[in-house]
Amino acid sequence: MNSDQKEQQLLRGLVENDTKAIQTIYAGNFSLIQALVLNNNGSYDDARDVFQEAMVILYEKACKSDFKLTCQLKTYLYAISKRLWLKKLKHHGLFVSNTDLSILEPVIAVEEDLEMAEKKDEEFQIMESAFAKLGEPCKSLLEAFYIQKKSMADLVEIFGYTNSDNAKTQKYKCLMRLKKLFFAQYSK
Amino acid sequence: MSEQLLIESLERYFNDEMLPEEKAYFEQMRLENPELDHMVVSHKIFMDKMAQFAERKKLMTSLSSTHDHLLEKGSIAEDQKKISKGKIVQLWHRYKKTTAIAACIAGLTALIISGVISTFGTASRQTVELLSRDIEQLKKTQDYQYSQIKEATKLPEGAVVKSGGSAFLIDGKGLLLTNAHVLKGSSAVVANDQGQEFKTSIVYVDHVKDLAILKITDSDYQPFKTLPYDLKSTNVSLGADVFTLGYPRNDITYNKGYLSALSGFDGDTATVQISLLANPGNSGGPVFNKYGDIIGILSTREANAQGVTFAIKSQEIVQALQSWQEKDTSAVNVSALKSNHNLKGVNREQQLTALRQYVFNVKAYN
Repeated sequence: MNSDQKEQQLLRGLVENDTKAIQTIYAGNFSLIQALVLNNNGSYDDARDVFQEAMVILYEKACKSDFKLTCQLKTYLYAISKRLWLKKLKHHGLFVSNTDLSILEPVIAVEEDLEMAEKKDEEFQIMESAFAKLGEPCKSLLEAFYIQKKSMADLVEIFGYTNSDNAKTQKYKCLMRLKKLFFAQYSK
Repeated sequence: MSEQLLIESLERYFNDEMLPEEKAYFEQMRLENPELDHMVVSHKIFMDKMAQFAERKKLMTSLSSTHDHLLEKGSIAEDQKKISKGKIVQLWHRYKKTTAIAACIAGLTALIISGVISTFGTASRQTVELLSRDIEQLKKTQDYQYSQIKEATKLPEGAVVKSGGSAFLIDGKGLLLTNAHVLKGSSAVVANDQGQEFKTSIVYVDHVKDLAILKITDSDYQPFKTLPYDLKSTNVSLGADVFTLGYPRNDITYNKGYLSALSGFDGDTATVQISLLANPGNSGGPVFNKYGDIIGILSTREANAQGVTFAIKSQEIVQALQSWQEKDTSAVNVSALKSNHNLKGVNREQQLTALRQYVFNVKAYN
């Protein structure tokens, strides 16, 4: 198997949330990004955040049906991370040493991906804040059902409902509230 | 249909769980009822967003756990040790050119400075050596005052003169006192002020006091009945006039000065400091007071200063003679060194005429 095929396989693993694939990508690329961030006024936590954000963007891209990676995984992650970090530095008004970050101008265009990522980010934030405003036990209930993909029977057990219908009603009420909260932000 | 049921139907519809007839019916209803259609669309958007949210949440969780897992495994690092190493390497990469240039300049500068120092170095050397007064390295900062003597007649054939200096009689029978450091070789010959040489044997050496006693063993030697000087064991005063006779060259040489300090080099109480221009070869020479009595024996001088000479006190000589007596019955009696101040009140030239025959030139050889 050549390296191209290997990377395609890794990306498929990433889309399917396969632990081994994520670990392989992570181990193979993190140090590079870490060095990039550390060498440019960043901390270890910054490096971690930037890399994981880049991974999310890669994931979003890989999820698209028309997805095609035109360069090496490493190059892509590096380019994305660099832009992300530059943005953060600018945001914090920190000094950017021209020499270091611009020498390695990205050979690939990632602007489009970043814009898309920004939009997704926004939606994510909206959903997160909607969940936060929801309050307990709705938050846990919906998270258990929609994120952790637990079955109705599990919910009855975990949340102590007398029967499955009760749980359904409760879930429905919570979902409606969440939907309202979500669209209050989303439609703006 | 209650809203709850409707939503449940919607979810089943999105998840493709409806039966074909039910699905067809539902789609028909959507076409006929715009309100329902709008609800379907918005709920579809919401559910999509929710699904994306869930996926992303899951991914973030697994990324976090992956990070921790790899950290634990050591595939990636965040520990302090690697930080410093990384920083150093990073700094090195960034500044290695500058460092190289700086090192070159530093090296060049060092070379130039050492060149300048070695060319014009006397002034700075003195400073350095003056500082070394603090260090107890008597031998390094003081010059032994012996001379190299090349010509000799009573020397055994093939003998090499190792060192030389002065000596003076402490007993008319032929016992001479000198410095231990004058006797570098294994034996010595002495010459009087006329240049006449006599064979000697070394009878006593005290390296600590730097004193040695030679005995003239030559049959040519004519013993003196008395010595015109006294080994003065009382204290001398600061500023007292002193003079010496010695052999910095092969002819007997006179020199005078004054007692400039009551202690010697670096506060040494066994010696006194004399302001007198002594030269190598004066070592072992007697130091006379103005009455022609011996108050010490010249031994060393300060390397860095002109005219700073040190003489071993006569008290030390007396002590050395006493310890020699304890070991050797043939030793000279200290009390024998008492004269009647023959030379008191006599002018210097007459003093010297009388004294010069008792001072000998020492040539030590192997």
